[in-house]
Amino acid sequence: MTDDKARYQPSDEVDFVIIGSGAAGGILAKELSTNGFRVVVLEQGPYLTESDFSHDEIKILQEDLLTNHPKLQPNTFRKTPDEKAKPQRVLVYGRAVGGTSNHFTANFWRFHEIDFVERSKVGPIPGSTLVDWPITYADLEPYYTKVEWEVGVSGLEGASPFDPPRSKPYPMPPLPTKSNGVLFERAARKLGLHPFPAPMAILSQPRAGRSACVNCGFCLGFGCEVKAKSSSLASMIPLAEKTGRCEIRPNSYVHKIEIDSRGRAVGAVYFDSKKNVHLQKAKAVIVSANGAETPRLLLLSASKKFPDGLANSNGVVGRNLMLNSGGISLGVFDEQLNDYKGFAVSRILHDFYELDPQKVGFYGGGGLDARFDMTPVNFAAGAGLPPNTPRWGKKFKDAIAHNFTRTVEIFSHGTSLPKEDNSFSLDPDLKDAWGLPALRMTYKDHPDDIKLAKWLNEYGLQILDAAGAKQKWTYPIEEQQFAVHLLGTCRMGADPKTSVINSDHRTHDVKNLFLCDGSSFVTSGRGQPTLTIEALAFRAADRITALAKRGEISA
Amino acid sequence: MPDTDRSSSNPFDRRTFLTRTAAGLSAAWLTSQWPAMVSAATHAHSAVANPAAAKFEFFKPEEAAEVEAIASRIIPSDETPGAKEAGVVYFIDRALVTFASDSQSAYREGLEEIRTILAEKFPGATKFSSAPPEQQDAVLEALSSDNQHMTASRRNRPNSPSQPFFETIRYHTIAGFLIDPDSGRRGNKDGVGWKVIGRENSHIFQAPFGDLDKNYPGWQPVDSEKK
Ligand SMILES: Cc1cc2nc3c(=O)[nH]c(=O)nc-3n(C[C@H](O)[C@H](O)[C@H](O)COP(=O)(O)OP(=O)(O)OC[C@H]3O[C@@H](n4cnc5c(N)ncnc54)[C@H](O)[C@@H]3O)c2cc1C
Ligand code: SF4
Repeated sequence: MTDDKARYQPSDEVDFVIIGSGAAGGILAKELSTNGFRVVVLEQGPYLTESDFSHDEIKILQEDLLTNHPKLQPNTFRKTPDEKAKPQRVLVYGRAVGGTSNHFTANFWRFHEIDFVERSKVGPIPGSTLVDWPITYADLEPYYTKVEWEVGVSGLEGASPFDPPRSKPYPMPPLPTKSNGVLFERAARKLGLHPFPAPMAILSQPRAGRSACVNCGFCLGFGCEVKAKSSSLASMIPLAEKTGRCEIRPNSYVHKIEIDSRGRAVGAVYFDSKKNVHLQKAKAVIVSANGAETPRLLLLSASKKFPDGLANSNGVVGRNLMLNSGGISLGVFDEQLNDYKGFAVSRILHDFYELDPQKVGFYGGGGLDARFDMTPVNFAAGAGLPPNTPRWGKKFKDAIAHNFTRTVEIFSHGTSLPKEDNSFSLDPDLKDAWGLPALRMTYKDHPDDIKLAKWLNEYGLQILDAAGAKQKWTYPIEEQQFAVHLLGTCRMGADPKTSVINSDHRTHDVKNLFLCDGSSFVTSGRGQPTLTIEALAFRAADRITALAKRGEISA
Repeated sequence: MPDTDRSSSNPFDRRTFLTRTAAGLSAAWLTSQWPAMVSAATHAHSAVANPAAAKFEFFKPEEAAEVEAIASRIIPSDETPGAKEAGVVYFIDRALVTFASDSQSAYREGLEEIRTILAEKFPGATKFSSAPPEQQDAVLEALSSDNQHMTASRRNRPNSPSQPFFETIRYHTIAGFLIDPDSGRRGNKDGVGWKVIGRENSHIFQAPFGDLDKNYPGWQPVDSEKK
């Protein structure tokens, strides 16, 4: 640890306090501190580094070393607002410095032009609050490029005929092709489709003092021990700290944004690791706590002046939650594929990005990829086995022995249509370990999302067929009750009546309060939201810097 | 020749991450992927030795014998090693004083239930571990539940706290068989579980990985494929 790292007192009024150090928070911290501002990042989770990471499936998947903990911060679930929600784990997100970018799969697609203007293109969709973004693909394009070059993305320019225009190629070639990628590519081409090397937020070559991927095989769910996965922890946080103006303060659980009598944010109130309460003062507050915790924090910050929660005068905070629809089909092959080696995905296709509603009978689109992302225990416990495999005994053992190196998953990811009632809110009864109201999820997929998931899953089976799978099956498509993509809950918009933030990420209600993370989304894209979250963060940093320099934040 | 000097000039020796590298991994490739400057900052995949002396921390010896017998029906030993050779009972014993401590009573009650089923089905039989395999299987058949279909949450977090005993011991047996042998949890002794499923005991791999990418010429645009 170097001495030149910034340290502030809670009573120091810094320029920005950023809540959350994940995909978006890490970038904002780096950009704003580089631009000369004094920044404190409050992160509820611990400051783990590569030496704390582990391939111990129990530590990671049972004990939640890197992730939100259901005992400390329990959740409840219900399908519709008239039901009483029941305790149930509803989500996984990263709860450590680096947030969910530490352990994610690192599929890294750009949004396409359509994703910003769906409403104008298709018109109103019954049962959905679908609207256009107040910005377009062209506005975001320079920032996509910035993410790819600064955070580190591997890929091949021009490989997909469906790709939107880009101003610069990828900074690195694609990762190696896995056997499941070869099989997917051959089968998809037989079907007349256009598979291409997956863009991934993983280094294929050493870069900026970080290692290239060494194909360790514990990627999804795990932190990268060689800094090859382009998490905020590996890429942005070190640069933020190097400025000498940014303090990352872990184990700091923010539960209130403090507001003065003029309705201006004065800082963030948090519990330290001993549950002592502090107020970190700042000229402006930026919340990047993700699509679940950002709305929860705004609702927890209700006060006399803002009785329904902060920035929630129109009641939109927490609503329009989108999870991305999709499904999983699997196949077993004769060949020894050994796809347990390496990162998860090497081939994807975007032929179905914009399906024609007239032809398929629903609105939406998506992408398909071939992957293997199951760890040995997870695979054998059931995630990887055909439905009628005996669950114990000799036949079970034979199945895991044969299948582990021969199984392929085809994932589909697609549109979630926004709905007013799909939301994160505060549970009226259940409390977390700090006595704060627990996170409650209300979710019932739009019927079109279910149809889309089934359609894509069927196509996954066709690809497995064309590839010569000896056995194939799918997970059942059901209404979703479990979230990893947390989108849309504080949506961006020009109209203060139907959105929470404007296109500068500033809340309509509080002049010096900004929100930037998955909650800012207006539409869901087709899955893989994080490149867009990060592009938004780079753009937000530019907008916020400009506002601050013009004196329009603190005045 | 044995490597006696762990801090020798070879930069990779310092990293136990590399104590087990896949066969055929080239040092040149490794150096190109992982520059020495990174190796200083990043870490070693720490290999925690499984304690040699097998001591139980939770089970009484009779209980351990029963648990080992059950685990051995879930993953039997045949031409290849099973739960017994992987030391699953030691993994479970450690589990019950660590991450699975809230399953202690489930085990005590579960073993009791198994004894009851055994005695009902096969009057005179008292110990699962001394019953013949067919009787053991009949008892587990009666105890086990139907196939559970996969859901997103079960896939992400497979072991739920409120499941029946059979599900718990099944999960623990699988975990004890297939956990990273370097995790210090006393499971997957000598990596035998990974050997059974064909996973090489390494945390670094170099492409090609499998049968199909071996002779793959690389990605080409569709048009050039047309004859
Ligand atoms: C298993 C898994 C796989 C995924 N794979 C992919 C993928 O392949 N491609 C893709 O695009 N996306 C993927 N995602 C989604 C992706 O990780 C997220 O979209 C992204 O990280 C969200 O970024 P964010 O900035 O909105 O929030 P996060 O990265 O979640 O960061 C939020 C941070 O805020 C902190 N925080 C929250 N509340 C508080 C509080 N009250 N006080 C202080 N700190 C707080 C959290 O601890 C966290 O560190 C995956 C997610 C999961 C769970
Ligand atoms: S597969 Fe590659 S990127 Fe993923 S955790 Fe392992 S080394 Fe890191």
